[in-house]
Formats: sequence, C-alpha cells, structure tokens
Amino acid sequence: MIEKTQELFSRTDYVHTLLGMPVYDSLQAQKEEVFLSLIKNLTNHHFDCCDRYRRVLKSQQLASPQEIQNIAHLDDVPFVSVNLFKHFTLKSVAESDVVKLLYSSGTTSQQKSRVYLDKDTAQLQSKVLMRIMQSFVGKQRLPMLIADMPLSEGNTTDDGYTARGAGIQGLAFLGHHHTYLLDRNMQLNLDGLRAFAATYGQQPVLLFGFTWVLWSKVILSLEEKQVSFSFPKGVLLHSGGWKKLRSVAVDNPTFNSHVINRLGTQKIHNFYGMAEQVGSVYVGCELGYLHCPSTADIIVRHVQTLQPAELGEPGIIQVLSLLPLSYPGHSLLTEDLGRIIGVDDCRCGRRGKYFEVLGRLPKSELRGCSDTL
Amino acid sequence: MSSTSIYEVFAKALALPLSEVSDVLAYNTISQWDSTAHLGLVAEIEETYQILLEMDDILELSSVAKAKEILLRYDVTV
Repeated sequence: MIEKTQELFSRTDYVHTLLGMPVYDSLQAQKEEVFLSLIKNLTNHHFDCCDRYRRVLKSQQLASPQEIQNIAHLDDVPFVSVNLFKHFTLKSVAESDVVKLLYSSGTTSQQKSRVYLDKDTAQLQSKVLMRIMQSFVGKQRLPMLIADMPLSEGNTTDDGYTARGAGIQGLAFLGHHHTYLLDRNMQLNLDGLRAFAATYGQQPVLLFGFTWVLWSKVILSLEEKQVSFSFPKGVLLHSGGWKKLRSVAVDNPTFNSHVINRLGTQKIHNFYGMAEQVGSVYVGCELGYLHCPSTADIIVRHVQTLQPAELGEPGIIQVLSLLPLSYPGHSLLTEDLGRIIGVDDCRCGRRGKYFEVLGRLPKSELRGCSDTL
Repeated sequence: MSSTSIYEVFAKALALPLSEVSDVLAYNTISQWDSTAHLGLVAEIEETYQILLEMDDILELSSVAKAKEILLRYDVTV
C-alpha cells in the first residue's frame, strides 16, 4: 500500500491561489518561491494518484513524497517527455471524473497524445486562459473572427476534441457573434467576412486563427482575390508553430506585414503553448518575445546533457504548468528548441522570463529521459 | 425585456425536449451540453435577452439554476 498524502493538497485552496496571482507582475525570484512550492504539491498529488507517474518518478530516484518536498530549485523538479502521453494512459482521476478527452496530433509522430480532463482542470484551464488573454485584448468580449471552419463542421473526433478544436473553443469565449472564415472544405467564407466587416469593421474586434491556416487559407486567398479589409481596432491572436511557414520562407515580420496589408490589423500577438498544457499559454509581447505567465514557466536544457542552459543559449524547452490536476502533465520536456532572451527586463514591462522558439528538435537528437518506460 | 423562459432557451440551444430541462440540469452531465454546445447556449441566451455576458459568467454558467442566478445580475427576469 502506498501512503496517501492527500492532506498536502486541497484543490479549493490551490485553485484559489492560482487565480489570485497577477499574470505578469512578479519578479522571477518572487515568482519562483511560490511556484516551486505549488508545483511540488502538484507533483506529490500526481505521485499519489497516478501509478504510472509514480513509477516514472521512482525510476528518476524520487521515491517518496518527502524527497519531492525536499527539491530546492525549479530546475530540479522532475519532468517527463511529452511523448509519454502518446504511448500511455496517464491520469490522476477516476475514469468517471473525466469530462473531456483531448487529442493532439503532434507533428513528428502518427501517434496522438491523449489528455484526460476533469471538471476542475477544464475550468481552471479556461479561467487562466481568459485571464492571460484579457491582459492583451481587454476585459470586454469582442465581435470575433475565427480563421477556421465552424466547430460543428469538424475538429472533433468521436470521443473527444482535436487540439485545434479545443483551441478554437477555448478562445471563442473571448468573443461574441463569431464568424468563421472557412467553410467545411476549408475555403474562404468571403461573404461572411464582408458581412462581419460591414457590421463591426470600425470597432474593436478579435481575430483568432492557427498560424498556418490563417496564412495559407485566409491571407493567401485574400491576396489571390486581391481583396483587403480594414479592422483598425482589431487584435489578432495566432498560434500553432512556424514549421510550415519556415518551409515557405515566411518569418514573423513577413507574416505580420501581410496581415496588416490584408486585414488592416496592427496588434498581432503570436502565442506558444502545448496541447498537453492547455490554458498555460506564452503570449508574444509588443516586441515579439514570448512571456511566461504566473501559472507557467519554462526551463531551457542542453540538447545532449539536459542540464539547464545559460541565458541566451539554445536548447530544448521544458514547460511547467500549475494547471494539470487530472493528469501528470505539469512538467514536460517538449520537442521544441528555444532560448531564454532575458529575465524581468523586457522593455514591454512584463516581469519574469521571456524567450523565443527556434524550431523543432531534429528527430535524431531526441533523448527523452523517461520515454523508455 | 423578454418573456421567454430560461427553460425554453436551454431546450432550444441544447436541442432537448422542454420536459427534460429543469433547474438541476448541469453542464457536462449530458452529451447535448458539452463545451461546443455551451458556446451555442451562450449565444442563445444573449440573443434572447439582448445582453452580453462577462467571460467569468460564461465559465460559471454550469447549471440551469446557476444561469438563473447569473441572469438576475443582468436584470433579466427569467
């Protein structure tokens, strides 16, 4: 029998603490003090509630809750490869408590990640996502354009949601009177866009899309048709990786200039996040750097040794999120390369770590520590 | 002001018979009220009562009873 340590972890208090933290105001040192304590409690919770995760930690020489409590630095919090969710069912709640199952396609493998959400986790993800995004788009819900097909037409699977569907749904609550820019065949809904522009064009509006879809299906279509719109008070949020765009030599400034040309929107924020950590998003600031919110943090590790890299040095991105209560996905080694640009001193005024993503790790270099189980 | 009952709004938005809508009906307990349907439900409520819900209220709207409670704050008689 495993000794349970449930008393360490009161969900209500935990959630209350998370939602009370200002998103970008804390200096890294202050943040880490609180963050470390919370993520250790979360690690213990998953150690208690998920057999497979407990076995992974034991293989990493963390055999007891006491040893987890003794961790003194954020760098030493155990992490698992994001691939673990592709191969195993990892959850820390009973099957009957699962309210939503997310699938992530992952670009380097056919195998999909499965992420099990319970009511508390799903709600916490939504609330935190709202708080982060509100700091960029304001508290008011805005008329919203979504550069995708309607949710009812696709982006779901028989028993769950694709990462794209979940992303659209999560962000959709920021808006009202949603207009979907693509039809079920992924063709541009120009009539819908025209009607939206006629009604809301001159007021604040929100645009959201996945970077590649927005580029290939909306921006390029508008260019082909030689049509432009003007949403001068619009805010565009987009996410989803640059791999395909890099392959056609489109970088962030090029992307932005084409968006400004075709949609007339100057405020453009890219954001980074994992389907395995929905809610914990890293939004690009006015200067284009990705910022860690209060509920998440990153560590960059050397590709070969997995030791923490120095400031500015490229390496593999590890993502830490305080949100996953129903599955042990709170500390994950990604397959993305990045580098931390600085800490607490971004000229945009946000505190904490800020970074950039440099691309995917070549498959041959993968050294997933815990991937062998 | 509108005289449409909140039960009718739920029935329409979630495609349920009116007889199956009661105060205890809760989010994620039936397949018709999942997170996708939730967006449609919010739109239906907003359209019917001509209001715009705040984001937090959308996330708190987890049962018919809770919806009634929230709508009171928007001066809507349901």
